[in-house]
Amino acid sequence: MSKGDLHTTPERVLETRGLTKIFGGLIAVNNFDATVKKGEIFSLIGPNGAGKTTVFNVVTGIYKPEAGQVIFGEKDITGRKPHQIVSFGIARTFQNIRLFQNMTCLENIMAGQHCRAKAGVWSSIFSFSAQKKEERRIREISESRIEQVGLERFRDELAKNIPYGSQRMLEIARALATEPMLLVLDEPSSGLNAGETEVLMGFLKELIEKEHLTILLIEHDMNVVMGISDKVAVMDEGKKIAEGNPEEIYNNPRVIEAYLGTEEEA
Amino acid sequence: MEREKTGFFGSQQSLLFAIVGIFIIYPFFVSNYYIDVAFFFGIYALLGLSLNIVLGEVGLFDLGHAGFYAIGAYTTAILNTKLGIPILVLLPVSAIAAGIFAYIVCSPIIHLRGDYLCIVTIGMGEIVRLALINNPFDLTGGPNGVYGIDFPSFGGPFVIDSSIEYYFLIWIIVVLSIIGLIRLQNSRIGRAWNCIREDEVAAGSSGIDVKSYKLLAFVIGAALAGVAGNIYASKLMAVSPESFSFWESCMLFCIVLIGGMGSIPGILIGAAFISLFPEIFRPFAMYRMLVFGLVMILMMMFRPGGVWPRKRGGPEFVSLLSRMRKKDV
Amino acid sequence: MQVVFEQIINGLTIGSFYALIALGYSMVYGVLKLINFAHGDFFTLGSYLGYTLLVFGSAFITTHFGLWGGMVAAMLMAAMCLAFIGVLVERAAYRPIYPAGRLPAVVSALGASIVLQNAIMVIWGPRYQAYPAKLIPNIHLNIWGINITVLQIVILVLSFVLMGILYYIIQKTVFGAAIRATALDKDTASLMGINFNKVIFFIFTLGPALGAMTGVMVGMYYRQISFTMGWNYGLKAFTATILGGIGNLPGAMFGGLILGVLEMLGAAYISAAWKDVFVFMILILVLIFRPNGLFGEKIAEKV
Repeated sequence: MSKGDLHTTPERVLETRGLTKIFGGLIAVNNFDATVKKGEIFSLIGPNGAGKTTVFNVVTGIYKPEAGQVIFGEKDITGRKPHQIVSFGIARTFQNIRLFQNMTCLENIMAGQHCRAKAGVWSSIFSFSAQKKEERRIREISESRIEQVGLERFRDELAKNIPYGSQRMLEIARALATEPMLLVLDEPSSGLNAGETEVLMGFLKELIEKEHLTILLIEHDMNVVMGISDKVAVMDEGKKIAEGNPEEIYNNPRVIEAYLGTEEEA
Repeated sequence: MEREKTGFFGSQQSLLFAIVGIFIIYPFFVSNYYIDVAFFFGIYALLGLSLNIVLGEVGLFDLGHAGFYAIGAYTTAILNTKLGIPILVLLPVSAIAAGIFAYIVCSPIIHLRGDYLCIVTIGMGEIVRLALINNPFDLTGGPNGVYGIDFPSFGGPFVIDSSIEYYFLIWIIVVLSIIGLIRLQNSRIGRAWNCIREDEVAAGSSGIDVKSYKLLAFVIGAALAGVAGNIYASKLMAVSPESFSFWESCMLFCIVLIGGMGSIPGILIGAAFISLFPEIFRPFAMYRMLVFGLVMILMMMFRPGGVWPRKRGGPEFVSLLSRMRKKDV
Repeated sequence: MQVVFEQIINGLTIGSFYALIALGYSMVYGVLKLINFAHGDFFTLGSYLGYTLLVFGSAFITTHFGLWGGMVAAMLMAAMCLAFIGVLVERAAYRPIYPAGRLPAVVSALGASIVLQNAIMVIWGPRYQAYPAKLIPNIHLNIWGINITVLQIVILVLSFVLMGILYYIIQKTVFGAAIRATALDKDTASLMGINFNKVIFFIFTLGPALGAMTGVMVGMYYRQISFTMGWNYGLKAFTATILGGIGNLPGAMFGGLILGVLEMLGAAYISAAWKDVFVFMILILVLIFRPNGLFGEKIAEKV
């Protein structure tokens, strides 16, 4: 917890209490508790269908939970709309990249700045000076984000035309453009090759150090999980079955069981 | 690369000046009939631009847009004939009336997806048309409509009452709308609309209030259609329900798709096709709509993205104004 | 009370027209996600073909088939012609456009609709045409005080038989399973060996054929047909499709019947002039509270 964090006692950024989400008869998330502290990389792992993405969707407001609370900082954000949650300071990416395909890379990032700007219809139509200034600011911030993820050469390319690995980075850049405190990444390394994954890990570490962000991560690649996480929680069948630092999780028999099944079954 | 862009941009700029020039001198060389044809081209251009906000920018299937047009036209017709309010005063009033109507009608249905929203807009358009036919409170004049609508007047001798004056009135409004719409396209609002069209979930998760921006598009689109309705009503001096049928909404839909979704020059081409084609092919008499339908199919076969699809990032005709501005910065 | 029952029977009659047309919409919609605007015109064309068959074959039909036989013969002939035309229109106007996505296809469908409508106008003329009165059975029955025509009964029976056959085809046969599978997931269906083109061929023969038979029945029932009537019926049938839940075939049938009954009850108890407003209001209200239609399942979007 010494990664450039200025505070000596890390404060809570996100907490879920008794989070429960039900689809039809299926309990996708069952009484899920977790606390993410400032400046850490918190990884959520578990077999397919364990309910990890559902937790993300509840936290980011895409689903409303049947029970439980999501607390962000001091605020109860349970059941708020996605765009409100973004404006509070949680930004996310998606498991299967969701970019604005027919917009340019720069426009994709500029969209992230939307919630930090306020020009209305009239000031846009008449192009008032405040609006012009704001547009310039949005553009500058977006340009700097596109450079940060190293995609300036794709600035004016349509998002759908750039390579897969770059699309992943672009999605992260879009999330960063919303100026979040907490970054929620759903399998950021999936589909990336070893080299790209390495770059991504470095990038995430750098974010924690330089921008004092907090990151919540779903990840399947154990190298990434073990390499960068401060804390790992394991889910299986909607429940949290273990939590701890990477080594603890690595050696936890329940985790091994959840992933590989018990010996009798095998 | 940069040089190539400026070259292309330069030629587009001269093309733009040439087109504007032709539009200015055109009415001085043709008969009133052809001026009126160009006037209706302008009306369809304005309607196409208004639907483009909803359909082209946000990707909402609105097949009841003629309903908003009708609200604008009837607001003008009724308030002018019953209360004698001048047409030009009613121009913003009609826009606001259509906008408020859109807000009230669309608020409860804005969460519907794709084709469900489409059928509801169809239903909304049909309800408006049927209500007009049924003459509620003796206001709309039933199937015959309302007639005896004034000319727009600036006071004194300055009255718009000839074809050529109407021609300039509508095209000045079209040009002002285009400038406003280009600015909107290049603002955070336009980007938010496009994001919603591309991916609603991602838009929400990027901090865009999806429902409000959809509603905003409907309100602005309806208001602009209301402006078209105002001018149409005063030009014809009469309005009747048959001008606002489902067929009309379909034609507006075609303007946007034939031209290219979200592309302003495309919309102008689409409007030209829809309004001029039946005039040009008048000699074909009863076969002309047959040909019209065939051409629609062929166009979609050969240019499914529209005649002039919107380009992003690269040099673009519509971003001309904003580019000029950007150069100063 | 009699009025209610009579209106319900009238409503079911026109409702079954809507339902049969809605089936054609729903099949195409389910598989191609395309609002087939031309479908209403298939129906009109069927009606006109039936009209021509009855007029020119009137002597032959009355001597060989009798009144009811004539009606069925006209329906079958019209259905066969329209099955052919349906496939033709699909090949010419839709197939080349599928790769471009669904919106261009909507414009193409509108174009096809305009072409068909104007072709009908050019061939048969812009005026109303009257079905030959002497070929239409006109027998009134009075059952427990309820006034009903034999023609209505025949139409209802025929419609329900047709709906039953279609329901059987869709739910119980291999063809039907192929259609349903394609509607759910086109790519997986084709990976499972379902020939997409065959499915399209099938729905573009079946849908227009059903539409054509409905067209003949409508001609018989109202005795008057016009080249623009497809729009109105098409719009109502499309409404029925959505009311029942898009792509849900039994839903489309029920949607049509419910729509017809609502329309007739609205006409009797609210006002004839406002009946369509009433119908569309109900549609909008249903969709506000059940955004996926009456019988549509709530699909949580996978994020």
